[in-house]
Amino acid sequence: MDLVMLSRLQFAVAVFFHFIFVPLTLGLTVLLAIMETIYVRTGDETYKRMAKFWGKLFLINFALGVVTGITLEFQFGTNWSKYSAYVGDIFGSLLAIEATAAFFLESTFVAVWAFGWNKVGKKVHCFAIWAVAFASNLSAVWIIIANGFMQNPVGYAIRNGRAELENFLTVIANPYAWGQFFHTIFSSWMLAGFFVLAVCAWHLLRKNADPVFARSVKIAAPFTLVLALLVAVAGHHQGQIVAKYQPAKLAAMESHWETQKSAPMYLLVWPNQEEGKNSVEAIGIPGVLSFMAHGNFSQEVTGLNDFSKEDIPPVLLTFLSFRFMVALGAVFIILSGWAWLKRRNLAENPLLAKLLIWTIPLPYLAIMAGWMVAEVGRQPWIVYGLMRTSDAVSPVPASSVALSLAAFAVIYTALGILDIYLLAKYARKGPHAPEIQPESAGE
Amino acid sequence: MLETIWFILWVLLWAIYFILDGFDFGMGTLMPFLARGDAEKRVIYNASGPFWDGNEVWLITAGGVTFAAFPLAYATMFSALYAPLLILLFALIFRAVAFEFRNKVNCGLWRCVWDVCLFLGNFLPALLLGVAFANLFRGIPIDAEGVYHGNLFTLLNLYGLAGGVLFVIMFAYHGALWLELKAEGALQERACRTAKLLWPLLLSLVLAFLALSAFYTNLYTSVAAHPILYAALVVAVMGLIASRLALANGAMWTAWFMSALFILGLTFFGAGSMFPSLIISSIDPAFSVTLANGSSSPLTLKIMLAVALTIVPVVILYQAWVYYTFSHKITAKELESEHAY
Repeated sequence: MDLVMLSRLQFAVAVFFHFIFVPLTLGLTVLLAIMETIYVRTGDETYKRMAKFWGKLFLINFALGVVTGITLEFQFGTNWSKYSAYVGDIFGSLLAIEATAAFFLESTFVAVWAFGWNKVGKKVHCFAIWAVAFASNLSAVWIIIANGFMQNPVGYAIRNGRAELENFLTVIANPYAWGQFFHTIFSSWMLAGFFVLAVCAWHLLRKNADPVFARSVKIAAPFTLVLALLVAVAGHHQGQIVAKYQPAKLAAMESHWETQKSAPMYLLVWPNQEEGKNSVEAIGIPGVLSFMAHGNFSQEVTGLNDFSKEDIPPVLLTFLSFRFMVALGAVFIILSGWAWLKRRNLAENPLLAKLLIWTIPLPYLAIMAGWMVAEVGRQPWIVYGLMRTSDAVSPVPASSVALSLAAFAVIYTALGILDIYLLAKYARKGPHAPEIQPESAGE
Repeated sequence: MLETIWFILWVLLWAIYFILDGFDFGMGTLMPFLARGDAEKRVIYNASGPFWDGNEVWLITAGGVTFAAFPLAYATMFSALYAPLLILLFALIFRAVAFEFRNKVNCGLWRCVWDVCLFLGNFLPALLLGVAFANLFRGIPIDAEGVYHGNLFTLLNLYGLAGGVLFVIMFAYHGALWLELKAEGALQERACRTAKLLWPLLLSLVLAFLALSAFYTNLYTSVAAHPILYAALVVAVMGLIASRLALANGAMWTAWFMSALFILGLTFFGAGSMFPSLIISSIDPAFSVTLANGSSSPLTLKIMLAVALTIVPVVILYQAWVYYTFSHKITAKELESEHAY
């Protein structure tokens, strides 16, 4: 395998592994903040135990999210040095702002929250989790603005042999970035909602009468349903942005080869990139692709054959990832709707409860498929239309990258297994039993 | 001018990182030698407890600022230091996981494995940062294209290793002082004795490193050109001496702060001597990455400066508050809490 492919694989391993932990952090902190706010407002100890229980799972998940993020920041330098030198003026500053504005806040207040139950006042403690929720989601803003620059470079000028910042506001107002942001955030929050529902379902199926679970379902069920709907809305909006700014990616997502008006959407498709057409193409619904891409049934949709061969992304992977994601998105709406209908008596619906438990991995897979579309669909560009991935790689020996890739794979697999083991252990263990004596008023 | 300000801020960020994560490194490195039994080990874990994560963000910020202010230096430095940087990052991963996972399973082997990870996760970064910075002072073999002509072992030369050992002992001293502040009883006494034992070693390593620098680097020509660097050296030496005096008087917080001052002074003296280079090429000085050819555009530097000057002071305020809130000793009662590591 060549250096570029090895470097891409290593980045993919590092970023996908990192993004196993991030979405749960983004969403669960928001749910934790809601739970603890209810506790502070009502003084009901159940919500305190609830926040502590989900908080334990959150912290196990959080630690790995933090450390796998650091390797990513440095990988732009280790493996993509040509890229870093070429766009660092813009891209680097966004990462630096992310660290200064978000990571400090997140890491400092997560410690206040984890260690401060008996050290700071109730309200300060509750503020801490809101600060963590705000900061982790703020970090998503900055990193997705950075990714948005790779997808749709704006606000720059080519000077001194590199891309230099021309207009900072244009960079941060990048419509592509904000489209991605909302789609990512909503799906992450939805993932956390399903996570909570699934753990509750496990306990409710086993007739666990602790009110923590029944009440967690009441919080998580409407939350998950609203977000599953928002994911779809934001996803559709993002699709139209892709159609406008990255027509080649959109065409690859749909495996759409010939430019045409009133483009149909085919239910059954199998792409053939070699021959520049679909080897299977059946059950077309006229005009739907035009409508989905441009909001108009007759509008022209650019096909892949309008691009020169070296500018077309890997179609099969982009196409399958996209279809997989969309199908799962529909499953999420149905399942979360059903869970919402049965939110008061989940225990009496063993089929739904079992389905929810088995659903845990699906939002993770859907999110990964979504990023696969975003990143593979952008190829062969690292910065769309501006820099090719093959020109971006560091001049390091391929053998070094092969070695580090192997190290990443081994270490991350081991850590992933341990993390799942601990999450499952503590999720099954359930919350602490309520304390018999009421806590002193001073606490 | 802007470039110079960013150079100073860049050195400052690394110095803050060394001061803050330095005590974590030191305690982790000393743990196998100082802690007897599970309870004492947990005191060490919890002495880093609420701090290590926030400390580590200074590394992310130092990295991010290198990327933002000096993209060419970021690109060249981290692709050249490929192997040591990745080893450092993996070590930090194991450290973080050790903190979070160790106390979650009550099994001797499980805890023993994580104790080894905590030791390596603190010892290796300390060593590698020392090796890396010593080599940066000395210059690394990069060509006109920024391509590194060497491997991991190129960096493990006498001067690089001297830097590594210096960093390990510097952080061990710093960490022993922190442990003295956080621990009670026998462990506290051992930490105090260790600090006293390490101090003469640290002093001799500093002197040896400064002497070696005369042979291996342009440190002294650079210092002659920028006499202000002597101030940094004076701060470092005074900090080191004052720390030992405070230690003798039992003024432990003063001893720790003076040790921090020593690290600050030494970082400014060492990194400052590279000015105006960011990465010195040992092949040909003309291939060096400097402030002139390696900085970001003035607009980026200005925006980043505005961001840094608004946000970083607030960060320092709330981090100081957290240090204050959790400045108490780790008591036996503390360890019983379900929230402790």
